Amino acid sequence: MQFNTPAGQNLFDDAKVVGKPTTRIDGPLKVTGTAPYAYERHDVAEGQLVGYPVLATIAKGRITSMDTDTAKAMPGVLDVITAPEVGEMPSPSDMNVAPLFGGKEIAQYHQAIAVVVAETFEQARAAAAKVQTEYEVDEIGSLDLQAAWEDVMDDRSDATRVGDFEAAFESAPVTIDKTYTTPSHSHAMMEPPASIAQWDDGKLTVWTSNQMIEWAQAALAKTFELDAEDVRVDSPYIGGGFGVKLFVRSDAILAAQAARRVGQAVKVAMPRPMVMNNTAHRASTIQRIRIGATRDGQITAIAHEAISHAMEGGSGENAIGQTRQFYAGDNRLIKMHLATMALPEENAMRAPGEAAGLMALEIAMDEMAEELGMDPVAFRVMNDTQVDPEDPDKPFSERNFVECLERGADAFGWADRNTAPGATRDGDWLIGHGLAGAYRGGPAMASGARIRLTPQGQVIVETAMTDIGTGSYTILAQTAAEVLGVTAEDVEVRLGDSSYPDSAGSGGQWGAASSTAGVYAAAVAMRQAIADHLGKDVEDLSFEDASVRTTDKQIPLAGLSDTEIVAEDSIEFGDFRSEQVVSTFGAHFVEVGVNAYTGETRLRRMLAVCDAGRILNPITARSQVIGGMVMGVGAALMEDAAIDTARGFFPAHDLAGYEVPVHADIPAQEVIFLDTLDPASTPLKAKGVGELGLCGVAAAVANAVYNATGVRVRDYPVTLDRFIDRLPSA
Amino acid sequence: MSPPIDFVIRRRTFLAGTAAGALAAGLTTQAQAQSQTAKSPAGPDTTTVRLTVNGTAQEVTVDNRTTLLDVLREDLKLTGTKKGCDHGQCGACTCTVNGSRVNSCLSLAVMHEGDEVETIEGIGTPQAMDPMQTAFVKFDGFQCGYCTPGQIQSARAVIEEIRAGIPSHVTGDLNSEIQITDEEIRERMSGNICRCGAYANILAAITEVAEQGTAGEDI
Amino acid sequence: MRSFSYERAVDPAQAAARAAEIPDAKFIGGGTNLLDLMKLEIETPIHLIDVRDIGLTEITETEEGGLRIGAQVTNTDLSADSRVRRDYPVLTRAIAAGASGQIRNKATTAGNLLQRTRCPYFYDPAQPCNKRAPGSGCGALTEGAFSRQLGVIGTSETCIATHPSDMAVAMRALDAVVETVTPNGMTRRIAIEDLHVLPGQTPEQETALMPGELITHVVLPAPVGGQQAYHKVRDRSSYAFALVSVALIQQADGTGAVALGGVAPKPWRRAEADAELPNGSRAVMARLLEGASPTEENAFKLTLAERTLAAMLKEG
Repeated sequence: MQFNTPAGQNLFDDAKVVGKPTTRIDGPLKVTGTAPYAYERHDVAEGQLVGYPVLATIAKGRITSMDTDTAKAMPGVLDVITAPEVGEMPSPSDMNVAPLFGGKEIAQYHQAIAVVVAETFEQARAAAAKVQTEYEVDEIGSLDLQAAWEDVMDDRSDATRVGDFEAAFESAPVTIDKTYTTPSHSHAMMEPPASIAQWDDGKLTVWTSNQMIEWAQAALAKTFELDAEDVRVDSPYIGGGFGVKLFVRSDAILAAQAARRVGQAVKVAMPRPMVMNNTAHRASTIQRIRIGATRDGQITAIAHEAISHAMEGGSGENAIGQTRQFYAGDNRLIKMHLATMALPEENAMRAPGEAAGLMALEIAMDEMAEELGMDPVAFRVMNDTQVDPEDPDKPFSERNFVECLERGADAFGWADRNTAPGATRDGDWLIGHGLAGAYRGGPAMASGARIRLTPQGQVIVETAMTDIGTGSYTILAQTAAEVLGVTAEDVEVRLGDSSYPDSAGSGGQWGAASSTAGVYAAAVAMRQAIADHLGKDVEDLSFEDASVRTTDKQIPLAGLSDTEIVAEDSIEFGDFRSEQVVSTFGAHFVEVGVNAYTGETRLRRMLAVCDAGRILNPITARSQVIGGMVMGVGAALMEDAAIDTARGFFPAHDLAGYEVPVHADIPAQEVIFLDTLDPASTPLKAKGVGELGLCGVAAAVANAVYNATGVRVRDYPVTLDRFIDRLPSA
Repeated sequence: MSPPIDFVIRRRTFLAGTAAGALAAGLTTQAQAQSQTAKSPAGPDTTTVRLTVNGTAQEVTVDNRTTLLDVLREDLKLTGTKKGCDHGQCGACTCTVNGSRVNSCLSLAVMHEGDEVETIEGIGTPQAMDPMQTAFVKFDGFQCGYCTPGQIQSARAVIEEIRAGIPSHVTGDLNSEIQITDEEIRERMSGNICRCGAYANILAAITEVAEQGTAGEDI
Repeated sequence: MRSFSYERAVDPAQAAARAAEIPDAKFIGGGTNLLDLMKLEIETPIHLIDVRDIGLTEITETEEGGLRIGAQVTNTDLSADSRVRRDYPVLTRAIAAGASGQIRNKATTAGNLLQRTRCPYFYDPAQPCNKRAPGSGCGALTEGAFSRQLGVIGTSETCIATHPSDMAVAMRALDAVVETVTPNGMTRRIAIEDLHVLPGQTPEQETALMPGELITHVVLPAPVGGQQAYHKVRDRSSYAFALVSVALIQQADGTGAVALGGVAPKPWRRAEADAELPNGSRAVMARLLEGASPTEENAFKLTLAERTLAAMLKEG
């Protein structure tokens, strides 16, 4: 199915299933521990052996020798496969920056350099500790992002420019010029990367935990120099990814290498203390934002310049992206710098770019509002734009940011907020209120599905889409149910297998919108297949109550055919979609308490208002948003993958050292979805919300801390050590 | 205002890149030397353990190094109990031993001779869920589902711990009855990390079950 | 994790004798820290002596009116004991502020005292650490290292690790006494202030216990009364180690005791600082933290300690 023009009135506008609160169809499996995750699939292959990784302990250099004799002689050990003996392997994809395995060169701390294969986990782990490695160590060079920033901050070659920023800023009556920093973040998903691999007649099967099945299949094929059809990837349940499982990681490569060597299935899970350095992280940034405005608050000049560290060939954290389109302003300057550094691979983490960029921009917007003496809601409303500020001929397909702000202000009681630092106090706690705008693109990707109608009337959806906690199982069941006139419970959804039709996968918050459109296409094809089977014109059929209605009779789907009817199609998005800006918008409001003595900051309530087109399932969509809000609280108050700049690694590399929010950190959360539709997005008029929920949250918290204390902190996380010496005496 | 404390910032040493490397390599060598001379265990390194899991008697002969978590997941194929960190930092492995919730990753199987262990599989099935499991589905108290069995184990235990009068960090008066409040539940659930951030929904699920329990007085 | 053999001890004296007999043997109780460290081969015992079932799980009253706490009483049971809650609330508060419900259900009194630092350089076997690998250097004291969580006082140029316990901080404020049995069957009483030793040039040496010596009890003196409180400051609200924690016992006349966690290699208390309590938090911390040597990253702990005590003393 081609999606070449905006969706008109269609069956989703009169939906019975899509858009209705529906609990997860995979819920009973997850809450009973019966949903199978990658490492625990005892049933898929006989005689699984255990592989335990050995990782490099230098940031940069090369292996000069590896001694595996002791390890190989350990009880239960079948083999030790080392990177030097395997030699360099083709890079899995151009999206993997760091080498995953193979060869002598070390590009990052905790790069995988060997895998020990043994009969049991205990044996493999003990033997892994006996592998002896010598290195030739390279100078890692400077890991000082501040110094790198000072070197390049005046270089504006190739900047994205509109109008004359410098002149407009110079002449603006009211200006700010502030610099912000964000630290590196770790995905810290609960399920460590894990894979089981097995070879059969030169064909490879990998049961793994991966967000993008098609990419994973292609990456494994490339790495092992196979045809894609000789690689099967299966990933039906994924214990969180947040971007780190967009790409194949070393667990899959190690398992496949080991399985090929020993001729038996091998499973590898990356031990938690190895995950943070071995996999990827969101890179730290330094961001300078300048805003100039008229006295009444119209932005006339806006510049966002930033630097992020990146591995050689990496793309860093693109903190400036949202500023190109979020707010109006005739004169604009946008520039992103990368500082190549010998740190572990930086790569996509939930809302890559916007998450870090809005942490800075949305403080800057508040600082500017204060400079203008304006309410921060009013200042943002005044600078809303309905067209791309870089290309005023290009409209937003659907943009209700102002409504997000105003609905939110109303629901939150913004008018009754604390208005002066320290003016609202609850015992030892200074109370503050803050808000931030949220912006994230609404991309869509081609996505396919196959639908089977069994003789018993069961509808089965098969697609290589994944569910990383997002609710894909449920919304795809709802979509098929809507089109075929059954209930969501009547639909079985099978995901994550590369033998199913290629799908959009889960990333960039494109998954829900794209994959439901793909299932819609397949369901429309199924309607046609049923019409063909009945020898009718599909226009004369209607699908409801698990039946097909023709002009004169009602035929139950059960028993409609003696054999299975199968239909397959995919959705492809035409160029028209990029003739407008398809994005999602939101506003976050928070109330914090800051301990007047200690500076401890605790959230008291949170509200998000989201504009993301049709909400396919208010239950799972809300969960996506509150989950993003939790991650935003982490970014605001605690998450800091601190860098050891002498050695080039993240020392606090486990879940004790890298703190993420716990239950006690999270207060009451409210989510309001605007009742909007975006016909330019998909036939369902839907967009994603999974990343929108995170965007801006940290800045709202930082703004609330300022509101509570009068102390402005421009460095994240906003931990007490950054401002305790500036706190007013209690 | 800084305190009138007499202090001196501690001097740090510089580490050149090559020196760092030499050090790393040197350390590795040192660890190797140690490993070559490592002593053997003073006795058998396997043990036969009898324990009850979800009401079923089990006898397993384990490598002494095996955790309760790995016995459940690898030997007994009870994979509902999850390995999130293997170091007591996440709570995904939470299960119940002799009625008390513990991190099964931080417990050796050999130390559970005669113990009664309950895992998520012993609580309910997809067809016959426990009220807490039902409430988690109803309130969407999970997303990816990986921390969920541990959350549910803790959720059930938390209600019992409050009723048993075990104080928490947020308990007000230590010498009077503890109320089941949002604050108490959140604090006591804090050993179970959910990176998807389903905390607010988990709280709703626990609250409903706790209220039902009070009404029925049979939990 | 290295292979090891395992036995269940039958009584404390036998356990201590066995431990002395077998080099590289270790006692295991809750195991919540030992097992964590064994997985990383930071601890490499060849034999474990299980001491959970040797009659050390009771809390009894002493003739002096105090409490004798069995070494294997779990953190949960100790914090929930009605006598502790009533007479030593600072202890209940400190225990409840530590770890998680699951860990407290398993962790024991002696194990809590003997847990090891959470310094990230100690925890990464590839990094230099004088405590883990004597003579290899201190990873945390290199320029560019991450030291925000680490110690500010009582540390040395070889090691700036902190002792991570909350429980021990309250016990220090309460002047608890540790009872042990030695391998030759003798019992010994060690004041809690003498149990942990400062790193000096030998950070691998963390306690005054001799090889094979087993902690059997912790004795609390008769109740001291007063207002008791424990304030733990951390970045997240729960399930995190302290940046700074303060145990406070304050009598009606303003005198009392102050002990700190999160700042030193042991629970940190000084008599001369206690004496300043009537004069307020600034006076106390000027004495208690005198001679501190923080890094630039963790110097904030000095201000934080003072402000935390000020909060507890309700200073305006």
